[in-house]
Amino acid sequence: MPVDTKDVQGLLRFGYGSMKEAGYLVLRIRDVAAARAWCAVAPVATAEYQERPPEVALQVAFTWTGLGALGLEPGLLAEFPAEFQSGMAGEEGRSRRLGDIGASAPDKWEWGQPGREPHALVMLFARSGRLADWRQRVENDPFLTAFETIAFLFSGDLDGHEPFGFKDGISQPEIDWRRERATGCDELTYTNVQALGEFVLGYPNEYGKYTDRPLLDPAARGARGLLPAEDNPGKRDLGRNGTYLVLRQLEQDVRGFWQFLDKVSESNEAERLRLAEAMVGRTTEGHPLMPPNTNAIRGIDDASGGPSNRFTYDGDPKGIRCPLGSHIRRSNPRNADLPGGPGSLLSRGLRMLGLCDDSYRGDLIASTRFHRILRRGREYGPRLPVADAVREDPGDTQKRGLQFVCLNANISRQFEFVQNAWLMSTKFDGLSEESDPLMGNRTAAGDGRDSANFSLPMEGKPPRVIAGLPQFVTMRGGAYFFLPSLRALRYFGEGPV
Amino acid sequence: MTSQSSLMVVAALDRKTVTGLRALLAIMNHAPGRVNAANTLVPFGEFENLHFARFVILDDHTLDDVQLLYGLPRQEYPLYLAFLCDFDGPSEDFLASLVKLAGAGLRRVFAFCEGFTNATDLLEWVREHDIPIATRYVNWRGRTVKQVREEARLRQAIGAYLRSSMGGLENRTAEQTRVRAREFVRAEIAAGRLTLTPSEGMSWAGKIGGAWHFVSVGLLLALLLPPVLLLVLLRIRPMEKTDAVFAPRPGPELAAELALIEDHEVTNQFSAMGSVKPGLARLWVLSYILWLIDWAARHLFGKGRLARVRTIHFARWVFLDDRKRILFASNYDGSLDSYMDDFINKVGFGLNVVFTAGIGYPRTRWLLAQGANDEQKFKYYLRRHQMPTQVWYNAHSGLTAVDLQRNNRIRRGMEEATLSEDAAREWVQLL
Repeated sequence: MPVDTKDVQGLLRFGYGSMKEAGYLVLRIRDVAAARAWCAVAPVATAEYQERPPEVALQVAFTWTGLGALGLEPGLLAEFPAEFQSGMAGEEGRSRRLGDIGASAPDKWEWGQPGREPHALVMLFARSGRLADWRQRVENDPFLTAFETIAFLFSGDLDGHEPFGFKDGISQPEIDWRRERATGCDELTYTNVQALGEFVLGYPNEYGKYTDRPLLDPAARGARGLLPAEDNPGKRDLGRNGTYLVLRQLEQDVRGFWQFLDKVSESNEAERLRLAEAMVGRTTEGHPLMPPNTNAIRGIDDASGGPSNRFTYDGDPKGIRCPLGSHIRRSNPRNADLPGGPGSLLSRGLRMLGLCDDSYRGDLIASTRFHRILRRGREYGPRLPVADAVREDPGDTQKRGLQFVCLNANISRQFEFVQNAWLMSTKFDGLSEESDPLMGNRTAAGDGRDSANFSLPMEGKPPRVIAGLPQFVTMRGGAYFFLPSLRALRYFGEGPV
Repeated sequence: MTSQSSLMVVAALDRKTVTGLRALLAIMNHAPGRVNAANTLVPFGEFENLHFARFVILDDHTLDDVQLLYGLPRQEYPLYLAFLCDFDGPSEDFLASLVKLAGAGLRRVFAFCEGFTNATDLLEWVREHDIPIATRYVNWRGRTVKQVREEARLRQAIGAYLRSSMGGLENRTAEQTRVRAREFVRAEIAAGRLTLTPSEGMSWAGKIGGAWHFVSVGLLLALLLPPVLLLVLLRIRPMEKTDAVFAPRPGPELAAELALIEDHEVTNQFSAMGSVKPGLARLWVLSYILWLIDWAARHLFGKGRLARVRTIHFARWVFLDDRKRILFASNYDGSLDSYMDDFINKVGFGLNVVFTAGIGYPRTRWLLAQGANDEQKFKYYLRRHQMPTQVWYNAHSGLTAVDLQRNNRIRRGMEEATLSEDAAREWVQLL
């Protein structure tokens, strides 16, 4: 493998699915010297394949503020991307784009509010029943001297289902770890294989370019331990083998979700389930509403979801089978660079000039391959079966939701684009007055238009519109982190100043 | 057909008083990026034929680039105020309404411009300072503000009607549904609750003029193509290989200032400028390309698509300062990042062929290839050349260009006396 997996944090390659328990320590640095000393020895699990899977794992990531607190010099800090510098809650414009407004506005968060950004994130994974012990071992005296915990995010295991009851995490991009696919060429059919550089810094991305990241002079202190930059061999690459991690604590109103659907379906159980599945785009057990493609899709084999992933929406341009606005259609529209597939050179030329498409819906969605994310989220809170969820229970004060985690090399082009242009957009794929049926904040856009709808296209009829959707998902906290390579972590540990 | 016209007043400012001008322009906004359409200076909302308008101070912070990259002396251009409008109908009518509805306010604004005094004739001055546009793009030629508003109300009314009486439509064919909607609309119009101003067809003079432009300019462009290609082959291509690329990330202050005024609704504005690479060959080829795009935009792309891009309402390229500098201004749907992604993925070639003439633009190959494909550099380049727009008005706030196209389809389908069942099925699904 052309990548030194011992230098990469394991989360980029593994989901740690066998470790059913996870807890995320959201930290602020208390003592810089102690924090650096911890970085130098932190027991971080790597992406190296092991015959016997480990019992526990630890991953570590830093916010931009955190890297500053560790003592990275300003010149180097300035080379990190703007959205990472500003942070998830740092700018109102960003909050507007991400849909973090109204009840989800950053000043209402439980952690990560503007001005109270965490410095670091330590993610602990363990097999069932082992997390408490693992946490205790990690939080030794040097750790407690170094860090102050501002939030502990525990996530349990609902057997692969998110709290609304749907199987989750089925579709993932296939990372081209071996760098076998040519990058920077047009893709005329949907592919699930993604350039390594889309998820790991220091390698070519889907444009065939190296995503910007901080590079150091080899003479700088501690820089010798870093790998050279492939695209700039005279420099050392602080980003190489690292990536960015987006963490969002999404609280889900499970009762609200099922009670609303129960009301709309007039307590018809089959109809209630059908509507929920239309909103998601999959059945509760994860089968897509679309039939499987007859042709193979690159990067989708039995290991990566197989039949439940081998589909596109090409056969359903109007959204009759799977509503245009359903959650999985918004989050991954599975299209290629040019609608209509390869075709002849002439037809491709005409399509490139937009001269032969007069349809209203054609060509409205950006090319998917530039906007993929690797999801590593986990759910929290106790299970609530639908039969119970449809009933009121004022005594139930349990919180349920998703610790949404995703990895990407370019937060702005990947996570933020998906969140803004696809999920939260009230104009996705020619729709109007609706955003994501699960995630939408329902807050009227700046123009005051209602967005609390979900439409189900119907063959030969006006779409059925379900109006008055309440907000089902509320942001409780979030931040952008840099997930460094092991070498970069040790560089932080040596004390870069 | 009512065609769309535009105005672009550009006038030099007195640098000493520009702070005062900024404060005055801010009066037109509720908050940065959010215009008050009923403001007392220029009450944009009172114009029935105005699609978009903006005031932007053309403060080019990339003037050092020509020195840095080409060793030429830095040019000291005046600081300009630009006032841009896109509207329906002839310019003279619009100018008259401008003077009538916003005369006093405009006088206060233009008083900051050099040579504008109490005695200046506003109308005359505006005419004198209205500069020619090199390339103009209109999303849908002939679509008026009035039509946009009427069709938006039409869609709402039909949708609400059909959904309220859905039960009764259960066993109808699509065509029966459509006919029912049509009868409903007729009744609403008769009751004065809906208006649908009949769209005028193109006049004979307009048709002949359009055809004449298509043929004559098309022929001229075709005749000029061989020398232009020669110029590209012999002069531009060698320069292209060595022209310096300069696309640093924009400073955080500029980025923050721009972010503050963006994404308050689904449509956004973009104003950017830069210097043209030195040399006559560059200038000639660029002028030719802009002319070609202007011709194509007029004759090929006037129906909702600029090549594959469907998110631009109005856009223009304008030369300034003896064609030494160029300004690009557009009104587009979505956030700037998704707009730039749309551009890169769909019409990278179209951007490259123009912007490659801009100093520092990411390296292109044969004018069309690469360039914008250097995604991050391209985005930095655009952002760095962008200028905050002080005041921006959009008459159809909340409606994307695609929305407008859909609403018009609903209207046209509704107006048909009969439709085939297949066509009617397509139609009802638009609602």
